[in-house]
Order: sequence, then structure tokens, then C-alpha cells
Amino acid sequence: MARSRKTVLLLPLTGFLLVFFVLPMAWFLSYAVREAEVPRALPETLEVLAGWTLGQPVPEAVYSAMARDMVEAADSGTMANAARRINYELAGSRSALTKAARQVRKSDPAVTFDEAFFRSVDPILTSPEFFAVMKRAGAAVSDHYLLAAFDLQKAPDGKIVAVPEESRLYIAVLLRTLQISALVMGACLVLGFPVAVLLATSSEKVADAILILVMLPFWTSLLVRTTAWIVLLQKEGIINSALLSLGLISEPLAMIFNRMGVVIAMTHVLLPFMILPLYSTLKAIPPGYMRAAASLGARPLTAFFRVYLPLAVPGIAAGCIMVFILSVGYYVTPALVGGPADQMLSAFVANYTTGTGNWGLASALGLILLVVTAALYLLAQRLSGGRAISLG
Amino acid sequence: MNLWRLLFRLICTAVLVFLIAPILAVIPLSFSSNSILSYPLPGLSLRWYESVLTSPKWYVAFANSLIIGVAATVVSVVLGTLASFGLARRKGWVASAVRVLILSPMIVPIVLVAVALYLFLAPLQLTNTMAGMILAHIVVAVPFVVIPVLTAIEQLDDNLGRAAAACGARPLTAFWRVTLPSISSAMASGALFAFAASFDDVVIALFVAGPDQRTLPREMYSGLRETISPELTAVATIMMVFSTMLFLLMQTLQRRRRRMLQSAVRR
Repeated sequence: MARSRKTVLLLPLTGFLLVFFVLPMAWFLSYAVREAEVPRALPETLEVLAGWTLGQPVPEAVYSAMARDMVEAADSGTMANAARRINYELAGSRSALTKAARQVRKSDPAVTFDEAFFRSVDPILTSPEFFAVMKRAGAAVSDHYLLAAFDLQKAPDGKIVAVPEESRLYIAVLLRTLQISALVMGACLVLGFPVAVLLATSSEKVADAILILVMLPFWTSLLVRTTAWIVLLQKEGIINSALLSLGLISEPLAMIFNRMGVVIAMTHVLLPFMILPLYSTLKAIPPGYMRAAASLGARPLTAFFRVYLPLAVPGIAAGCIMVFILSVGYYVTPALVGGPADQMLSAFVANYTTGTGNWGLASALGLILLVVTAALYLLAQRLSGGRAISLG
Repeated sequence: MNLWRLLFRLICTAVLVFLIAPILAVIPLSFSSNSILSYPLPGLSLRWYESVLTSPKWYVAFANSLIIGVAATVVSVVLGTLASFGLARRKGWVASAVRVLILSPMIVPIVLVAVALYLFLAPLQLTNTMAGMILAHIVVAVPFVVIPVLTAIEQLDDNLGRAAAACGARPLTAFWRVTLPSISSAMASGALFAFAASFDDVVIALFVAGPDQRTLPREMYSGLRETISPELTAVATIMMVFSTMLFLLMQTLQRRRRRMLQSAVRR
């Protein structure tokens, strides 16, 4: 087929994905470095502030500009978003701004909106820090959200400092995400390796039968499997009531809505992703190698560790990275079988998009998640020579 | 040595039980006659099935899942097959870039895809619509079509086309009567994977679907967030039957593909 004709065939899908995948992703991720709220709500104020820096006296013209912006913005509701944005960096300014906006709109046209007026509403509105934050949040591009995603912030003088201890969160969430993924990966490897060995050493008929047992849960809906685990592990669940009636425990064990439940349920979901690449690697190891090792006098354990395991390493790496990539981005399972302390990065991305509507932070955390995933994927590509993704 | 072997067998059996038993344990509970989700069953009844099958909530959810799944699958198969023909045996940076583009919805965490589509589709008035759900599901379903179809096209013997031409078939005839039938089972398994990807999705549904587009997994998600009722185990059992059917269909297709490949090699 001619090259140009082939290109035409690529166009529909490429175009579709550019519009409905690349563009939305880029738009969403751009919130991480974009300031949208304050420039939209306070354009005139920002114009006055353009020539001002912290340390100089605040120009008097700022106050009347701010009042005009408040009259303009209040109708479209953008002031509330701007107030929230400024409040991220200067606590207390949200209520002050909202209150000021309300009073400005209600007041007599004869009132002059000067420093005294805003000071009487709330002194925070006349502090230089307030305007410094406003100016920074009014820049088109900012590093505020990216810094916040690493528990950092800019001090009023522009230096990057750690946020106060009590509001540090996201480094811990990132570490927790990596830790849960590592736990799941380890559990999948420990459970999956024996099964892969069994598959690789069985006859084709037996291997086919075992593969069905591995693939059937893979095809079962995630929600069905989550239902199953809740039914099994919950306080009045199957396992607890069995253990209680056998007299092995006197009080139900807490096995779900905590870290343990998350790891169990995720391991169950991701185990096939470990077994399949392991199986295809192990199947390619000629059985003669182990026999050769034995005939050279290696004991079974020695032969396993010095011959079999090194040959299995590519499969182990592929399976581990696959499981890790998938678990880093997991959302549904931790949301349903985890407690508040088991929520991973993806949960924060989701909650900040819908709940509080902090799109900038959602985007910055999403960017971290994407970078981690992409780095792992590239590593997998490197290790497997470009065949990291395969389907059962 | 024998002890080792026994231990090994025991471990493997335990892992396989871990994989299968939790899913199977749900089924008997759905036939329970009361609402306690534990064994022993107090008695058998079909009351939970009755309440599921007569409730419009589950009926609508199932219909939504089917409509969205089928529509997303059809579009994915068409777009994915065209693109596979465009990509097959093509080298160079354009081809690799397009490959990465098509596969990336599988690698990018689904939450990010869902959130991005939510923010993108909302101003276009496409959230809370069927069209929006279908568009979003195509994005995640299409790689599942391209992977098998592209492999099948690249394994096609070029001589097939030449032979058809030598026998007097015009290019379009050769395509419809020779090329397409030889990749049809790959297309079918791609379609099944795509449908399963759509049918299983809950994250995109959480963000893009409105109350009128709630899919089966989305309803189950709401159900699981509240106290879990035996009704859910009945839905889970029905879904299990459905996905087992998909799985068996897939097995048959893969066996057929393997046989076709083997016979092609033998000849």
C-alpha cells in the first residue's frame, strides 16, 4: 500500500485521540502551572499592582481598582474562586474578601473606597502580604501548585520554604502510594511466582486448565470482585463468622476498610498481570538447563538460585513493573475497601477535581502521578526491549 | 525432595483458591432467604433476584452499560482497524509516535483520563450525556482493538493479496474477500476486549456520567459505598455469568486464531 494512503488510514483514530485524549490531558495538566482565578476576578487591581513590589508602600489607587473589580466580578461569581485561591496562601483572606465584596456592592455610590474602607472591613485586606499573594496568584504562570504538591510554598519574600508541619500532606501521600504499590507488587510476586513455575512445568493441557483459573478472575468485573472481598472480610463477613464459630477468635478481626483490605483486594486484582509475563518468560527456559545443573552436582536449591532465577529475571521485572504501574494509579479499590488513611494520590486528584474544586492542586498531583507512571513504563520498555505491554 | 514438591503444590493450590474462591463464595449468598451475608445460609430463595430484576434502577443500568459498551466497541473496532492497516509494517518516527499515542490510554492512570475528560467535556455540554460516555469509553477501549488487529495484519502473508490479484480480484474485492476474513477473528477478540474494558469501567462513569447514564458498575459502586445488601450479590452473580460468557467466547476465538495460524504455517 502506498505510504500516503496508509497515512490517511491513520488519520481518523489519531485525530480522535488528539482531540479527546491528548487535548483534555494537556488542558487538565496545564492547571498545574496556570493561574486562572485571580486574573479573571481582579484584572484592574493587578494592573495597578504591576509596578509594585513588597517593601514599597501599597499604592492608594489599588483600593478603588479593587472595588471596581469587585463590582464587576461579583455578578459572575468569579470573586469567590479568586478569594479561595488567595486564601490557600494567606489564611483568613477568603472571608475578608467575600465580606468586602458584599459591602462594596451594597454601599452608597458616594462612598469612596480607600484604605480606610477596606481596613474597616478587615485589616488583612490592607496588609502588604495580602497584595503580594494577590500579585503572585495573578501571574499567568505560577509554580504555586507544583510546590504545594511537594509540601512547599513561597514565603512573601519569594523564597521557597516548607509549609508548616501541621499542613504537610502530599509527600506523605506520595510515599504511601509508593508503599502500597510496593506491598502489592511484593505480594503478587510471592504468590504469582510458584503458579508461574507450575504453569511452565505442566503439560499443555494442565497449563490450559490452570490458565483458565487465572484468567477467569481477570475477566470478572472489578466491582464484582470488590463486592466479594467486602462480603468475605467485613466484620460480620464470612471469614470472621467462620473464625468466631470455630472459636479461634473471640472478637471479629478488622480486615477491611484498612490497609490490609486494600492490599488483599489489589493483590487479587493484579495477580494475573504478574503471572502472565512470568509464565511466558519461564516457559522459554529450556528444562535441560536445570538437569545440566543437577548433573554438574548442583543441589536443587543451588540450581534454582544460580540457574533458574537469573533466567527468570526479565519476566520478574516485567511483571513487577506492570503491577506497580497499575497499582500506583489505582482509585476504585482503595476508595471502596480502604480507610481515609489508605487513600492514594489518585483519590486526591479525584477529590480536588470534584469536591473542593482545587483544579490546580489536582493537576499538580496528577502530573506527579503521570511522571511516576511514565518513568516506570519507560523502564519497562528498556528492560523488555520494547514489548512491555502484552495482553493475555 | 518429595516434601518440597508437596509444599510447592500446596502453595500453588492455595494461590489458585485465593484467586477463585472469593468470587465463587458470593454466588450462594445471592440465593439466601434473609439479608445476613454469611454462612450457613438460613434457607434458599430467589427474592434478591426478584428485587433486582423488577427494579428499574438495575434494568436501566444494565441497558446503559450495554448501549455504551456496544457503541464504544463498534467505533473502536472501525477506528482501530483502519489505524492498524495504516500502522502495519510501517517504521519511522511517525509510526512510533502514533503507536505510543494509541497505547497511552492503557498506561495513563484511568483517574487522570477521567478527570481530564470531565474538565474537557463539561464546557462542551457533553458530561451527563450518552455521547460523552461513549466518546470517553472509546478512548480507553481502542488500544484493546489495535493490539490484536495490528498483530494479525503484520502476520498476514503478503502473497495472499498477490494471489487474489493474480486470480483477477480487484483490490477492493481482494480486501473484502481475502484480507478482512483473515483478520476477522483478531477483530472479534479486539472487540471483546474493548467491550470488556467499557463494561468494567467505573472511574470514567463516576466523572462523566450523570444520573441518567449510570452504568452497572457505577450503580454497584454506589451500592458498595452504603451498607452492602444481598441484592448486590445477586447483581454480582448476574455480572459474573455475563463475564464468564465473554471469557468463554474469547477462549473459543483464541483457539480458532491459533488453529488458523498453525494451519497457515503448515501450508
